[in-house]
Amino acid sequence: MSSSSSSSKGGNGGGFNFDHHLRNQWITACLQGNADASTTDPVPNYARHARKTGTTIAGVQYVGGVVLGADTRATEDTVVADKNCEKIHYLASNMYCCGAGTAADTEATTRLIASQLELHRQAVGRARVPVVAAVNMLKRHLFRYQGYVSAALVLGGVDEWHGPSLYTIYPHGSVDQLPYVSMGSGSLAAMAVFEAGWREQLSEADARQLVYEAITAGIENDLGSGSNVDLCVIKDGGRTVEYLRGYAQEQVRTYRKPDGYAFPKGTTAVLAEDFRKYVQVRKVVSDL
Amino acid sequence: MHTTEPIVTGASVLGIQCVDGVVLGCDTLASYGSLARFQRVRRIVQPGADWVLGGGGEYSDLQEVARLLETMVTREYCQEDGVVRAPRAVHRYLARVMYQRRSRLDPLFNSLVLAGRGRFLGVVDMYGTAFESHVVATGFGSLLALPLLRKAWRPDMRMEEGAACVEHCLRVLFYRDCRALSSVQLARVPAEGAIEVSEPYELGELQWHVAQTVA
Amino acid sequence: MDRPLSHSSFLPPLFSSAPHPLSPPHSVPHPSAAPSVNAAERPARWSPYQDNGGTVVALAGRDYAIVAADTRFSVSFSIPTREFTKITQLTDRVVLASAGMGADRQYLHKMLHTRLAMYRHQHQRDMSLPAAAQMLSNTLYSRRFFPIYAFNVLGGIDSATGEGFVYGYDAIGSHEQLKVVCSGSGQAIVQPVLDQQFSGRQRYSVPDAERAPSLTLEQATALVRDAFASATERDIHTGDALEMWQITAAGVRQTRYELRKD
Repeated sequence: MSSSSSSSKGGNGGGFNFDHHLRNQWITACLQGNADASTTDPVPNYARHARKTGTTIAGVQYVGGVVLGADTRATEDTVVADKNCEKIHYLASNMYCCGAGTAADTEATTRLIASQLELHRQAVGRARVPVVAAVNMLKRHLFRYQGYVSAALVLGGVDEWHGPSLYTIYPHGSVDQLPYVSMGSGSLAAMAVFEAGWREQLSEADARQLVYEAITAGIENDLGSGSNVDLCVIKDGGRTVEYLRGYAQEQVRTYRKPDGYAFPKGTTAVLAEDFRKYVQVRKVVSDL
Repeated sequence: MHTTEPIVTGASVLGIQCVDGVVLGCDTLASYGSLARFQRVRRIVQPGADWVLGGGGEYSDLQEVARLLETMVTREYCQEDGVVRAPRAVHRYLARVMYQRRSRLDPLFNSLVLAGRGRFLGVVDMYGTAFESHVVATGFGSLLALPLLRKAWRPDMRMEEGAACVEHCLRVLFYRDCRALSSVQLARVPAEGAIEVSEPYELGELQWHVAQTVA
Repeated sequence: MDRPLSHSSFLPPLFSSAPHPLSPPHSVPHPSAAPSVNAAERPARWSPYQDNGGTVVALAGRDYAIVAADTRFSVSFSIPTREFTKITQLTDRVVLASAGMGADRQYLHKMLHTRLAMYRHQHQRDMSLPAAAQMLSNTLYSRRFFPIYAFNVLGGIDSATGEGFVYGYDAIGSHEQLKVVCSGSGQAIVQPVLDQQFSGRQRYSVPDAERAPSLTLEQATALVRDAFASATERDIHTGDALEMWQITAAGVRQTRYELRKD
């Protein structure tokens, strides 16, 4: 179950690995009191350029289920890396999980827990696993990694024990259970919409509309969020899931050059030409 | 000497432009770090007849800005030529003051919002950036209240509606900003006619229903 | 002369920006103008600089020049206003656009207008394009050791021949006369496309003399609009609206186009 802890150096195909050299250099510099973050940063460049889903994710509970929502922009620093990524991840047939933070972490974490949930479901021989089981697995996983697995999650699900439930799980492993939640860089915009519009005993239609408005507020007001709104409605005791990919697409490209871009022949210069006759192909009969 | 570490601070200021004037709002808290130190402080001041100033950030710097503007108004009065600076001119003046101070590396640590007759609504920050806008929110309000104000704003909005909208946003800020308070002040700056700056009052209709739903 | 110093290579020590508020809300520093007294929540040292993003483009043909910029004003991950012009008209034939820090831009534009007015009063005529270009450089260099954090592109037409020219700058006044230039947060996205489409770079088979821009004003306008639409798709600090100034012998014409708002 915990294979992931030892697999970080796996699949290397042998050879030397100098990662620790950099770390040691940095520690030495620190001990000598001349650590300069710009020159001897312990975080390797490739890790710092990890793709973040600077994100708006949110969820609302209503009488018969939960509605989850997410924007679809993934960023690498100030560049949009993916204009239509999926941030609502499958956990189980009655549970979905929105992820903010480092994309690789949210994807790997939800995939790992999804498989553990399925194994657990088969082990106990039930149709569905309770949502608290997923919460426990996720928080223990994240806590074990002390916040270095940077996944901020909004988990929604419905089960026959507790009905609809909605949680947020922070990268360090703490958990909140609330009727409306938001996460990511656009969480303040989304939460403002919730604080302004949330009521008790929401209908499904109202809950959908509220989540849609919350995500839209993030898309329009937070630079880390953008593009489309994805929704996911889980209801009917966890038996029905409506995964509404591309629920709304309001921000679209405003212009495209009518004549496009045609590249005339010769755009790429031929600097040298060298023709050779193909080598003869012979049939080799194997002894095997 | 240089205020690059604010000590006593005010939080957000909100503003919205309506067809018949401008509404400005903020709470009345001056925090000392995380301590809610002074709870009935006025962060909206009216040195001139035609405009009001709302400010967040270091409170002593805000008082300095207010003093500066009072001096400016007094000088205008002493000229006895009946000429007074229009709100837009005051806004530009503030921008130059703030830019000059940041260029001396001795900034006035504030975000200022100026609302004036003729539906003027403008912001100046501690760097001297100045712009006018239909809706304005500084501090934490730029993350929490600005999305709500942008969504609510319509070109045909009237001041009653604008005031309700600002109050609504102040309520949301009280729910979610640890440095906000439920005691607030509103300024109504009609396009023509007298400016009204309210006394500090408590926000009504606060709802904590959500507490009952938490396990 | 060296190419203008780039946005990023120039910046490191002075312009290091405050940490971006990223995903987990608990790591977001309190963004009120007044950070807490608690030292742990405060950025290390106050910086007089701020990057407010934005992209500016200028290009010139045989009888026109275009100066364009988006209108987004951003502070880290938020948009305080969607309507903040980066462009100012210097004379009937010269227009300037500046990306970078909003307050420095406003100061610079104000300063230039003052000096232009003084020139007009002394000489009873408008400054020529090369004179305006040199004055901008001088103004930037006057703050050599406390730079104006603005990345300028200047465009206009020659008062005698009517031919369009543009000038590209770094923050402290190094400049170069060009036919096409882009600066600001979308530079890395836009400049290569303009080099290829407008200047015909990469077409090795074409002799240098034939690479001179042959786009009409309409074609160039479409290219700039497309470039901004593309920059908005991929650069988070570019967007909201595009302001475009076309400068011809007939005068200047200002147009506005919408861009994505997310």
